[in-house]
Amino acid sequence: MTFMKMTLGATALALMTGSAIAQTQVVGVSIPAATHGWAGGMNFFAQDAINRLEEVYPELDFVLATASDPAQQVNDIEDMVATRNISALVVLPFESEPLTAPVQAVSEAGIWVTVVDRGLSVEGIEDLYVAGDNPGFGRVSGEYMLSAMPEGGDIVVFRGIASTIDNERVDNFMAAIEGSNINVLAAEHGNWNRDTSFEVMQDFLSRFPEIDAVWASDDDMALGVLAAIEAAGRTDIQFVLGGAGMKEMIARTRDGDPMIPANVTYPPAMIATAIELTAVGLTSNAPVAGEFIIGSVLVTPENAADFYFPDSPF
Amino acid sequence: MSDTTAPPRRGFTLPPMTVIGPVLALVLLIVLGASLNSNFLSAANVTNVLARSAFIGIIAVGMTFVITAGGLDLSVGSMAAFVAGLMILVMNAALPTLGIGLPLVLLGMGVALLAGLCAGLLNGLLITKLGIEAFIVTLGSMGIYRSLVTWLADGGTLSLNFDLRRFIRPIYFDGILGVTWPIIVFALVVIIGEIVMSRTAFGRHAAAVGSNEHVSHYSGISVARVRLVTYVMLGLLVGIATILYVPRLGSASSSTGVLWELEAIAAVIIGGTVLKGGFGRVWGTVIGVLILSLIDNILNLTSLVSPYLNGAIQGIIIVLAVILQRGRKASS
Repeated sequence: MTFMKMTLGATALALMTGSAIAQTQVVGVSIPAATHGWAGGMNFFAQDAINRLEEVYPELDFVLATASDPAQQVNDIEDMVATRNISALVVLPFESEPLTAPVQAVSEAGIWVTVVDRGLSVEGIEDLYVAGDNPGFGRVSGEYMLSAMPEGGDIVVFRGIASTIDNERVDNFMAAIEGSNINVLAAEHGNWNRDTSFEVMQDFLSRFPEIDAVWASDDDMALGVLAAIEAAGRTDIQFVLGGAGMKEMIARTRDGDPMIPANVTYPPAMIATAIELTAVGLTSNAPVAGEFIIGSVLVTPENAADFYFPDSPF
Repeated sequence: MSDTTAPPRRGFTLPPMTVIGPVLALVLLIVLGASLNSNFLSAANVTNVLARSAFIGIIAVGMTFVITAGGLDLSVGSMAAFVAGLMILVMNAALPTLGIGLPLVLLGMGVALLAGLCAGLLNGLLITKLGIEAFIVTLGSMGIYRSLVTWLADGGTLSLNFDLRRFIRPIYFDGILGVTWPIIVFALVVIIGEIVMSRTAFGRHAAAVGSNEHVSHYSGISVARVRLVTYVMLGLLVGIATILYVPRLGSASSSTGVLWELEAIAAVIIGGTVLKGGFGRVWGTVIGVLILSLIDNILNLTSLVSPYLNGAIQGIIIVLAVILQRGRKASS
């Protein structure tokens, strides 16, 4: 099936490129607006990739739209099809359900569709799927906890906004530490938000006299947690494991901060991968249809320099 | 100077349910919290809860006046985020010339107060001079300030210079005799607010305007000016709340102050102020704010319910608190 899809996709692309050799093709990029740190980074890398690719491929035009809610994103996509005559669409859906039918319509109109990060509700719509590895994110985090605390210990867990992404991460984290002596005292939603996490951590510190480590699962949440620990003057917490690779946190890991010994990536730059692969597909005969999963990597002081992007806002 | 020896006039009758209701709800929550976790009444936890209530609390005092005068302001959360972002940008920009020290902090505070004042003035002018619905004006400014802070932060997070953050941290975490600054400022704002509301002509004018605009007008009250002043006051209080907020984490982003407006409005209503205007109670608002903070605190201190249900518990307690204070009115 996948092979069929890939060959078909490649043939369709070859036909498209063949017939449109001289004229410019338009690539539509539709992403959520920068409403939190990670999305801010994603917006930055999208713009950065577009600027770079417009130089590399003079025959390609890019149109970028950022939406602050799913309805607006649907409008953006309809406008791109109606007025910009796009040949390919790169979309990071705000939410899966409301975007599925509109993106399906785009696909049925013969336009190449690349879906990023959040999958659609119906399988087989997109030609290319580029995504981060949420189960892997949880698993790598859990494995790090095991290696950092071989004797076991008591930890508290911070969850994101209740969603499939959060469930996949937490379930795989729990599976990774299952059977070990690592004991989860409590898990609470910090909603990927610094202020909320600060307050939740304050309350955890009041509730538990002894906490050995924190899985903050996100760097924004880790910053709130660290501020609460510092304010309370508690010394029992050995380290805080964040995630997603915010540049300030990567820098602290690189510089050997004992409270932040590691990070687990979930790179917002995956949007750049998606745009780049789409451009390659449009302009060459290289087949790019299928799935491209970007692994979550453990960042330690040794390799942190490779994950530090000073220009990114995230 | 004022006559404090005058005996209270309503000393003999039991206060009505509208007065006892919110207090009762608060007392019940405190008893519940204390019975569930022995650390609930510890100095550290009480300080945490009061200090984190200060932001919403200070804003809610201003909101009490706006709502009493028959208005509404949905923009305060976004406004706080925008003012915080602006304050951080200005302080970072002035760091090389002023250096880390008191002048820089005063500059930051000045910027926050001025920005809050201007934002409140803008809301107030649009509402009173152009006669646009407060709901629409502030819904618009809510979107504007939220976008502006996202734009200022380039989609990311605005952070204070690291050393500067160290320097201003005490504004949130230190205080006098173990009482931290946010709590002190919150208390002062409440006391002044209560006096203005119940003891001054302005407080009575605000209630009159909210109760009946036309009668107030014919009684010689400048309806537009009273309303305008309530929005300016609220803007100024948002500035004060921001001054206390920024030192806590030293950063602002588009996720700062999300839903603060609704928490502030909920606190005002739980406290017994009438949403349609005409009657306001500053001390009630304080109780409302504390009820909201305590619910979160108690849920974090225990694992009674699934965290998925936190919002439901909050909703139930908010509605119960309001039923409790209106119960007698409905049954009589």
